[in-house]
Amino acid sequence: MTVSDTVWIIGASMTKFGRYPDKDVVDLGSEAALAALADSGKTIFDMDLMAVGNLYEANGMVGQRIQKQIGQTGIPCYNTANACATGASAVRIAHTAIKAGEARMAIAVGVEQMGKSGLLGGAGRAKGDRKVFEPSGRYGAVMSPEGVLGTGIMPGVFAQAGMEYARQHDGVGFEQFARVAEKNHKHSVLNPLAQYQKEFSLEQIMGAEVVAYPNTLLMCCPTGDGAAAVVLASDEVVRQLDPDQRRRAVKISASVLTSDPWTESAQVQPDVNTLTRQAADQAYEQAGVDPQDLDLVELHDCFATAELLHYDNLRLCEPGGAGEFIDSGGPWRDGRIPVNVSGGLISKGHPLGATGVANLYEVTTHLRGEAGDRQIEGAKVGLTHVIGLGSACAVHILEKPAA
Amino acid sequence: MSKQVPIVDYLVLDGDQPHLEANACAECGALYFDRRNACARCGAQSFERRALAGSGTVRAFTIVHRAAPGVKTPYVSAVVDLDGGGVVKSNLVDVEPDPEQIALGMPVQMVTYVAGTDDEGTEAIAFGYAPADASHPENGA
Repeated sequence: MTVSDTVWIIGASMTKFGRYPDKDVVDLGSEAALAALADSGKTIFDMDLMAVGNLYEANGMVGQRIQKQIGQTGIPCYNTANACATGASAVRIAHTAIKAGEARMAIAVGVEQMGKSGLLGGAGRAKGDRKVFEPSGRYGAVMSPEGVLGTGIMPGVFAQAGMEYARQHDGVGFEQFARVAEKNHKHSVLNPLAQYQKEFSLEQIMGAEVVAYPNTLLMCCPTGDGAAAVVLASDEVVRQLDPDQRRRAVKISASVLTSDPWTESAQVQPDVNTLTRQAADQAYEQAGVDPQDLDLVELHDCFATAELLHYDNLRLCEPGGAGEFIDSGGPWRDGRIPVNVSGGLISKGHPLGATGVANLYEVTTHLRGEAGDRQIEGAKVGLTHVIGLGSACAVHILEKPAA
Repeated sequence: MSKQVPIVDYLVLDGDQPHLEANACAECGALYFDRRNACARCGAQSFERRALAGSGTVRAFTIVHRAAPGVKTPYVSAVVDLDGGGVVKSNLVDVEPDPEQIALGMPVQMVTYVAGTDDEGTEAIAFGYAPADASHPENGA
């Protein structure tokens, strides 16, 4: 095998996101894997490597369990966990193996089954246990600090991140954040794979139950189940594809993963900005692409507040101009840079391990001109972004090759 | 007076002078509330305890309405930039949980209060931040 300068997506799939109480992660992951393989015209017997992203059963050898459903060939199989960047990290493993010449073709799968777990968690002491304060953990806490020393769970963390941006920049507030959700709900109506396909007015969104101000219930992503998969291939493989398959191959122009560099405030409140900016800047340089060249972006809108920050972090707007960008319609499907035309995490859903692969499916489908009613006409360059708190950020830039 | 313990070990009760203490990197001054093997910023491996100011400004906040079971809502969570260095997260107290009543950048002052009592009568003392212009004689621990 030889080193491959470019890595290509030759197959992509996702299940509809939603709730599958009668299936498990192995069913969902296998379904996505087989669909991506069929889409590529290859089989599991052609693959040199498999990488599988799953969070909730990270110690459960999900990849090997999927192999038992679709074909056990003895290839290396990596199981990855990297919070909400789990699926994208699996893609990165497949990508680097091909780039290094260790694999000609590889499949990456992202899958999650969350059920109706919710994002609030909530452990508790069994009633009747005697309560005696004993310091425990790295902060010597004698009781749960949640709700006493602020909040550390997702809706509030991302609300605070949004409010920090609002403090730094004029023209950003509750209404701008709500407009993000208005857009993504509206976009989802065109996506049959979205968990929810329902339009809501700005008034309905702003008037919905507040989860963590400024995020209302309609500004938070749902939990759910689903899977997505991509088949990656080297230059050599793509050259040998039959013309109809080669025409559908999508070039990965950049593939980047970052973690948090040290920042002062991130010691108490995750900093979702710095590592996203670093990932984006590295990706633009790797691809030789300018943000203004992008025809569509799928970014990590786990909460409406998050999407607004990432307009700025991904350089989609002028520095500090995220409020103006949404107010002027820039990220709508008919705007300057369409963002989350799939409906985003807010409507399409966010089965954690699947998300970072599903956004590659979405952009690939548009670059192939196969996105049906939601197609962004003439799309040639797209960007995907995910962030897992803790933190891990992945950015990919995909391009339709010149005919 | 009943026995009191701090809710977390970086809150030092110290009689009538409760304050936060951090591990400060001896080389670059970076502050950490937990123990570190090495400084995440510069890599140095020695630290000293540093007392942090009780006053600061609100860097970000959220008003939490939906929380895990057992957590009383609504409450205001905030990230506070402390005067003289350090960033801390805690609840805002003595403010209405109403976005109109809370200003980003507003000055706040640390206060302490009893957050819970265990079955031996020991009180857990928590800290929060109140608007700096108000007076809060009732909030001493």
